[in-house]
Amino acid sequence: MSNFHRDNIEPRSVVMAVLTTVLISIGGLVEIVPLFTSAGPPPMDGIKPLTALEITGRDIYLREGCYVCHSQMVRPFRSETLRYGPWSRGGEYVYDHPFQLGSRRTGPDLARVGSKYPDSWHFEHMADARQTSDGSIMPKYPWLFEWTIDPAQTQATMLALSRVGVPYTEAQIASAPADMKTQATKIVTGLTAAGYDTTEDKEIVAVIAYLQQLGVNARASIEAEQAKTGGTK
Amino acid sequence: MDQPSPTVPAVYDDAIVKKFAWATMIWGFVGMLVGVIIALELAYWPTNLSIPYITFGRLRPLHTNAVIFAFGGNIVFAGIYYSMQRLMKVRMWNDILSNFHFWGWQAIIVSAALTLPLGLTEGKEYAELIWPIDVAIAVVWVAFAINFFGTIAIRKVAHLYVAIWFYMSFVITIPVLHIVNSLAVPATLTRSYPIYSGMTDALVQWWYGHNAVGFFLTTPFLGLMYYFLPRAAERPVYSYRLSIIHFWGLVFLYIWAGPHHLLYSGLPDWAQTLGMVFSIMLLAPSWGGMLNGLLTLRGAWDRLRTDPVLKFYVVGVSFYGMSTFEGPMMSIRAVNALAHYTSWVVGHVHSGALGWNGMVTFGTLYWLLPRLYKRPLYSTDLATLHFWIATIGIVLYTISMWAGGLNEGLMARAIDDHGQLLYPMWKDIITRLQPFYWVRFGGGLLFLSGVVLMLFNAAMTAFGPTTQSAPGAAPAK
Repeated sequence: MSNFHRDNIEPRSVVMAVLTTVLISIGGLVEIVPLFTSAGPPPMDGIKPLTALEITGRDIYLREGCYVCHSQMVRPFRSETLRYGPWSRGGEYVYDHPFQLGSRRTGPDLARVGSKYPDSWHFEHMADARQTSDGSIMPKYPWLFEWTIDPAQTQATMLALSRVGVPYTEAQIASAPADMKTQATKIVTGLTAAGYDTTEDKEIVAVIAYLQQLGVNARASIEAEQAKTGGTK
Repeated sequence: MDQPSPTVPAVYDDAIVKKFAWATMIWGFVGMLVGVIIALELAYWPTNLSIPYITFGRLRPLHTNAVIFAFGGNIVFAGIYYSMQRLMKVRMWNDILSNFHFWGWQAIIVSAALTLPLGLTEGKEYAELIWPIDVAIAVVWVAFAINFFGTIAIRKVAHLYVAIWFYMSFVITIPVLHIVNSLAVPATLTRSYPIYSGMTDALVQWWYGHNAVGFFLTTPFLGLMYYFLPRAAERPVYSYRLSIIHFWGLVFLYIWAGPHHLLYSGLPDWAQTLGMVFSIMLLAPSWGGMLNGLLTLRGAWDRLRTDPVLKFYVVGVSFYGMSTFEGPMMSIRAVNALAHYTSWVVGHVHSGALGWNGMVTFGTLYWLLPRLYKRPLYSTDLATLHFWIATIGIVLYTISMWAGGLNEGLMARAIDDHGQLLYPMWKDIITRLQPFYWVRFGGGLLFLSGVVLMLFNAAMTAFGPTTQSAPGAAPAK
């Protein structure tokens, strides 16, 4: 074998290059290609694209590198479902570009954090995590309360996402600025009533909108599944 | 260009090797400094300073990109340009392409260092760079590949030495991974969204991510090992047959291992199982490489006492063996259930990055510098001191992260007699981890100090006052 390799492969750089290319291609093709067919996870019932304000918050989530410390994937273990809620299904992520499963839990998982706390909790938490979570090592994010969101940027995001398969309609993209305003007003009204001072155009409002929907749309579907199978969550 | 000398044929372009060697040391210092800073941010959160540009979430991608692609990339390029010219007995095919490669790569690194703190990111771990930089990487890589294969085409030695096989797998595979994983639709000049959705994006990402480990941090470094270790030990490679088997084994098996990053996720079970099984199989070719490296030292073990280059190489290859044992173990579902999401993974990565890539890089640099400058190494004692500081640093780093990781993994899963969480408050886990974070910071600081010693030693070797003729500068092959 060594002789064959020495005499027939090693002197032939093209043969080596082609062999290498073929060998490195097999694994990826076998594993990845089926996901583009029916073998891939189907969209879960109830999962829908993020609203304009939520997707703006997601862009900020990406910008700040939240995924570096927080996962969005609950594993099917008792300890995790007790701590976070139902384990994560593949079909929940179909509109996630890019995925944000994360790989390290310096902080807790966020896949089911939506509606777990009031908006004011997130408001305080982003200002100084120690106010809501004793012992936290999360940085403070004071700039989220000063920097403002730009609906034109959100429209660019939605347009690009529609091109990679997220079903945003032209009408939705066109009405994004108005929709953002509506959703932001609802959040700000609630915050103001609770005694927190901010305005509709601040980044913190978009971040809250994003965090508060995490896992929410999947809930009904998962509960129905549990009711049907009698299985654990 | 170098003056002709009696020992090194003037045809070789060593100026390009010097550039890459210095870039390795400078970016290594920067990348590890950022690593030490973010380690401090975890140990003592107020060091985030409430400044957006230096928070952990933005600096951590800068750290990983800098050490992998700047520190790791530049030493691999330095080693390839040095060794391939000698193995082919010909100058690099095109000097303009060599320099385009060098300056292009450095420009990419500078762009990364500017954009990541600004929060410009694609949000995919180890592939954060924004799309214009992704395009630049592909262009620079094509230039490098043309030069690489051009040099092979004009070679004066028919036979391709084993180091070249490993380099070739690197040159071919990296652009495939990079381009497929980076396919995205731009929204603006600085933002884009991947064409893959959800779990598919996750699988493509970890196919890329794990093979960045395989084909950026493993195969080219094995190529360096196959060239520089036999040169430093003055012994031939232990087994030619083993090198053939483990090369093709690695090339075929590595690609399958990505899904072990997604165990217990929404990825279809069959894909998770394939990732786990192939990861376990990877142990065989990995240890083939480790044994081939270590056994190359047969009959030269006594020189470990005096030669810092061999010290670095032996510890480096040993850490390679250890990490490639640990990795397959962590890919087993039951072990992964405990280790995933914890500091254990961080410890594993750094036993590979500091132990294998770092130590091999330092050994290669200490071997190269006297030969590039045709002067003896300024101080062997300082190099030996660097070796010990780095080794102690790695041990502190990895042990603290393993112990911390086990702690947090066990605490997160602990259930009491009533079937409830024993540690329902995340604070319990954070508090337990603090001492380990501090030890890790200390270990990283030691490792960084070693790099400062090396920078000084290298500068004195290259530019310091001339002392004597060069006994270390053995004639190049």
